[in-house]
Amino acid sequence: MPGQSQARAPIYEALRGFERMRVVPFDVPGHKRGRGNRELTDFLGENCLRHDVNSMRPLDNLCHPVSVIKEAEELAAEAFGAAHAFFIVNGTTSAVQAMILSVCKKGDKIILPRNVHRSVMGALILCGAVPVYLNPQVNAELGIPLGMRLDDVKEAIAAFPDAKAVLVNNPTYYGVCSALADITAFAHEHGMAVLADEAHGTHFYFGDGLPVSAMAAGADMAAVSMHKSGGSLTQSSFLLCGPSVNVGYARQVINLTQTTSASYLLLSSLDLSRRQLSLRGRALFAYVRDMAQYARGEINQIGDYYAFASELKNGNDVFDFDETKLSVNTIGVGLAGIEVYDLLRDEYDIQIEFGDLGNILAYLSVGDTHKNIERLIGALSEIRRRYRKDRGGMMRSEYISPAVELSPQTAFYADKESLPLLQSVGRVCAEFVMCYPPGIPILAPGERVTRDIIDYIRYAKEKGCSMTGPEDMDIERLNVIAE
Amino acid sequence: MELWYSEQHTPNVKLSVKVDRQLYAGRSAFQRIDVFESLEFGRFLTLDGYMMLTEKDEFIYHEMITHVPMAVHPRVRRVLVIGAGDGGVVRELTRYPEIEHIDMVEIDEQVVAVCREFLPQTACRLDDPRVDIHYQDGLKFIRKREDEYDLIIVDSTDPFGPGEGLFTKEFYGNCYKALTADGVMVNQHESPFYPEDLSAMQRAHKRIVESFHISRVYQAHIPTYPSGHWLFGFASKRYHPTGDLRAKEWNALGLKTGYYNTNLHKGAFYLPNYVEEALRDVE
Repeated sequence: MPGQSQARAPIYEALRGFERMRVVPFDVPGHKRGRGNRELTDFLGENCLRHDVNSMRPLDNLCHPVSVIKEAEELAAEAFGAAHAFFIVNGTTSAVQAMILSVCKKGDKIILPRNVHRSVMGALILCGAVPVYLNPQVNAELGIPLGMRLDDVKEAIAAFPDAKAVLVNNPTYYGVCSALADITAFAHEHGMAVLADEAHGTHFYFGDGLPVSAMAAGADMAAVSMHKSGGSLTQSSFLLCGPSVNVGYARQVINLTQTTSASYLLLSSLDLSRRQLSLRGRALFAYVRDMAQYARGEINQIGDYYAFASELKNGNDVFDFDETKLSVNTIGVGLAGIEVYDLLRDEYDIQIEFGDLGNILAYLSVGDTHKNIERLIGALSEIRRRYRKDRGGMMRSEYISPAVELSPQTAFYADKESLPLLQSVGRVCAEFVMCYPPGIPILAPGERVTRDIIDYIRYAKEKGCSMTGPEDMDIERLNVIAE
Repeated sequence: MELWYSEQHTPNVKLSVKVDRQLYAGRSAFQRIDVFESLEFGRFLTLDGYMMLTEKDEFIYHEMITHVPMAVHPRVRRVLVIGAGDGGVVRELTRYPEIEHIDMVEIDEQVVAVCREFLPQTACRLDDPRVDIHYQDGLKFIRKREDEYDLIIVDSTDPFGPGEGLFTKEFYGNCYKALTADGVMVNQHESPFYPEDLSAMQRAHKRIVESFHISRVYQAHIPTYPSGHWLFGFASKRYHPTGDLRAKEWNALGLKTGYYNTNLHKGAFYLPNYVEEALRDVE
């Protein structure tokens, strides 16, 4: 709403005002401003507990916002160039699912890249939509999945004209962006909605020289993890809507699964973070980008590592690259990314975001200092000196094209049986198998299990990747559809 | 009027020194820098409020961090000093004519400028022609050095603040790499007495032990540091700190010292039981 100042933070201001009213609480939460739980208050701090309050008239209600939350959502929409913004407190997973459930019903098709987050697959099980996967291209040298090619999207749209939506990662976990504006224009011409998973793209709204944001590209909805690059508390997030979205219906969908006891700690963190990004975001992300550029330069001088970035851009499946991401390929050192990830934590007390078979990703943000960047670079140089191996026998994370036999929902709820991994080859899987992080499915319900997939699972386990999804926590067995 | 400088050694213990006047107060990009004049300790330098050195007792620290390795290693030609912006280590090193080159890496240029102006007692030899001063992060500087130094002296602040990176495994590993095949590294090793200092001391020791196969700790008595009981680390690729002590040769140099001598050298490596135990716990 033009004229409203981005320097305001309505939820935060309401909480400060409410504090001064010294209202006697005979409502939940039962810790009563922390007095009922001294240990927790000592641990988290009095200020934190004092503001952990319930929805009430002076503080509005997230399920049906009419005052301060509504104002805060309007300010957020303005800041992100959206027609509407929803505050989300159940994680970006909830934003992604609301987005898909708003546009897809049972049996509807949705076009999406395979390297989607597990929350997308969860949404398909919830609503019964059927995935049309686009084979992502893989950079063979790095072993990372890339973006969607515009031609592939066009082909899929032509082949499945009844699809309801196209979902795009903007960017991928590694920082790769597709040609979002072109994809959006083409999808709109064919009456399809465009949904963007911007879990790793909050800063695109506040950066110079960063890839285009979903709202600027004309996408219909975007799930934005404010708690990642935006600086708000874990689990808080925005769902942004373009002008074509029916906001009332989207809110109904969100309220199907979102809590009715929204945390004001999360809500105020969204409000204050939006304010910080609006007022200082450009300078902050320029600092992050400079730091990432510096780190790339230094890491590439160590030798054998390859910290990659914009040179991968090819106008197609790497349409753009997010230079705030610090992704490093480790194959040249003869170590899997996950091995470097473990060494950094176990030997050098450095926790990075993830390691896959060939790469690591260090997440940089406005909270980082040059001192810590030097530690990371120094540790990588030491790991090379002490642990460097012959690169033979390294398996790259290859893209394994899924064979979809049933809709994820049908397979998830079907009768199933549990088989040892090797015996499951040839059967239809009834559950997810994910390598976490980055949490991208290797197998999803309804897909045929192949020998390649089982080999990949076993290799990733052996290298120390954390595998999640199956009912059997050790992943010795898989649930498959009963025959 | 009474003006006192106080430093909290623990939340429940503090050391106070009566101040005659404050000579300097400033803030660099890294820390707050103050210089005071006192009746008891002469001039003293504090960084972020922590005592770094006083004119009265700095000789103990600087002699012990320098002469111990110099009396062991038989031919020190190239030396790297990390931190040490006050110049005290360089002052002691420049007394050895055999040393050909000293690289000093200090992150904070302003500390050096302030010491040059107010603490000539320690900063007096920074202009020796053998000394090159690099204003840089120590971790960054050393990352690119290999097989280059006979001796590395790590004269860092505490592991909280700008000196944090100098207490890490990656730093000690990089030092190992930067040393020659018979190189020695000596470091400021914190105090074993108060619990918080003790755990910093143990962490440092654990990380050094992982990088060097000879790794011993020695002690000195420094009145203005927390508890007064201070430790240094001696890490080495070849020479044993007492077994390879060249007492006769060192004494023949005729260097006049206030604290260090070659008998004390041996004694300094005999540690109290509780310190031995704390070290063993992390070895």
